[in-house]
Amino acid sequence: MIEINNVSKWYDDFRVLTECTTRVAAGEVVVVCGPSGSGKSTLIKCVNALEPFNEGSITVDGTSVGARGTSLPKLRARVGMVFQHFELFPHMSITDNLAIAQIKVLGRGRDEARQKGLALLDRVGLKAHADKFPGQLSGGQQQRVAIARALAMDPICMLFDEPTSALDPEMINEVLDVMVELAQEGMTMMCVTHEMGFARKVASRVIFMDHGHIVEDDDKDAFFGNPHSERARQFLDKILQH
Amino acid sequence: MNYHWNWQFFLQQTDDGLRYYEWILSGLGWTTLVSLGALALALVVGSALGVMRTTERRALVLIGDSYVDLFRNIPLIVQLFLWFFVVPELLPEVLGMWVKQQLPYVATAIVGLGLYTAARIAEQVKSGIQSLSRGQRNAGLALGFTEWQTYRFVRLPMAYRIVLPALTSEAMNVFKNSSVTYAVGMLELYFQYKQIIEKTSQVLEITLVVTLLYVVLAFTMNRLLGWVERRTRVPGLIAAGQGGH
Repeated sequence: MIEINNVSKWYDDFRVLTECTTRVAAGEVVVVCGPSGSGKSTLIKCVNALEPFNEGSITVDGTSVGARGTSLPKLRARVGMVFQHFELFPHMSITDNLAIAQIKVLGRGRDEARQKGLALLDRVGLKAHADKFPGQLSGGQQQRVAIARALAMDPICMLFDEPTSALDPEMINEVLDVMVELAQEGMTMMCVTHEMGFARKVASRVIFMDHGHIVEDDDKDAFFGNPHSERARQFLDKILQH
Repeated sequence: MNYHWNWQFFLQQTDDGLRYYEWILSGLGWTTLVSLGALALALVVGSALGVMRTTERRALVLIGDSYVDLFRNIPLIVQLFLWFFVVPELLPEVLGMWVKQQLPYVATAIVGLGLYTAARIAEQVKSGIQSLSRGQRNAGLALGFTEWQTYRFVRLPMAYRIVLPALTSEAMNVFKNSSVTYAVGMLELYFQYKQIIEKTSQVLEITLVVTLLYVVLAFTMNRLLGWVERRTRVPGLIAAGQGGH
């Protein structure tokens, strides 16, 4: 589904990504972790071309992301993305947030888009909030709406960029529950997250990044059982200590 | 004070058969027309320039920046003289003659005042767009919007809300600045004011009345946009739509 081959990115002489290679097969859930500044958010943003890269290639469902002839809006419309800071559109009601891209990008009718949005809102447990505005919801609720908004486009895969990092602790689980459910339904997912509980539960593989390199790319069990790099071991020790 | 107050003169006939108060009303009408026309033009041109200056295309940014630099650094009255007297000479002859002979003065005045104000609105629209997080644009793009659609549906609606207080001041300024168009022969309120002083020397009465009319015009604009501000206030959001004038 997602193929990343030898991708490098740099600003002047500062390397952000160095020869990153990995793949996410259809139905797989891949968790990307690593210390801050390791390039994991940049890598995931390269997948839907929110960040350009200098070398290498990325294909999503056979479409080359970096190629000249690729229509990025078309490609992105098929790849759902959830952001750290939710990024709902503050001036639109929740219903409109869910419907706008369906209408303007996919060309769906207004009613169809609203119905679809409401069904997904129900699915993330927020149907009662349909007429509210993003600013009237808690962070956890906003993030669940953001997931529903991405799903409304019927994406072929989903990208999550630290979806719980900006949330108060008591709201993290409501978001993770939705993500776990999605994973169990067979959605192809690439998730930048430090939620190791989530990784243990649903990940197929775990990628560990450091200084722009993919240091580990292992089965979940191998990663948690016996990471082969010292850097990953230290990282796990630090975040699993408590 | 020896001043001889005479409020009745407003009802007196002038040389051209109208009464003085009718001169004032006529001036008020032209002032309103020039101001609203210029404001509409300024909003369209200013928004386009403001958007251009926030894109990632160097050429567009350069055009937008140059425009603002140019139009903000030339006094309004000089700009009006340029539009009225210099630009027609630079146009192809047929077009230049048409501008000089056929085009109503008010159109040129609207263009002059509008393009001057556009530079100021471009500055505000730009700062409004730049105050939004980059994540908003990314979220729009990630949903499949084109760059333009992120402006249309995501960024401009919030940017306008954020800069509405500044735009309100600008809209009030247009009414006040419109008085400068008297210099290129617009028979607007300030022109009539000057003319009435010359004819009647009832300086205090006419000054008070004209002052009051300008205040009413600007204040009406202020209230109108205050209403727009309340209508477009985003529920649950404190950042936007606040701020007084």
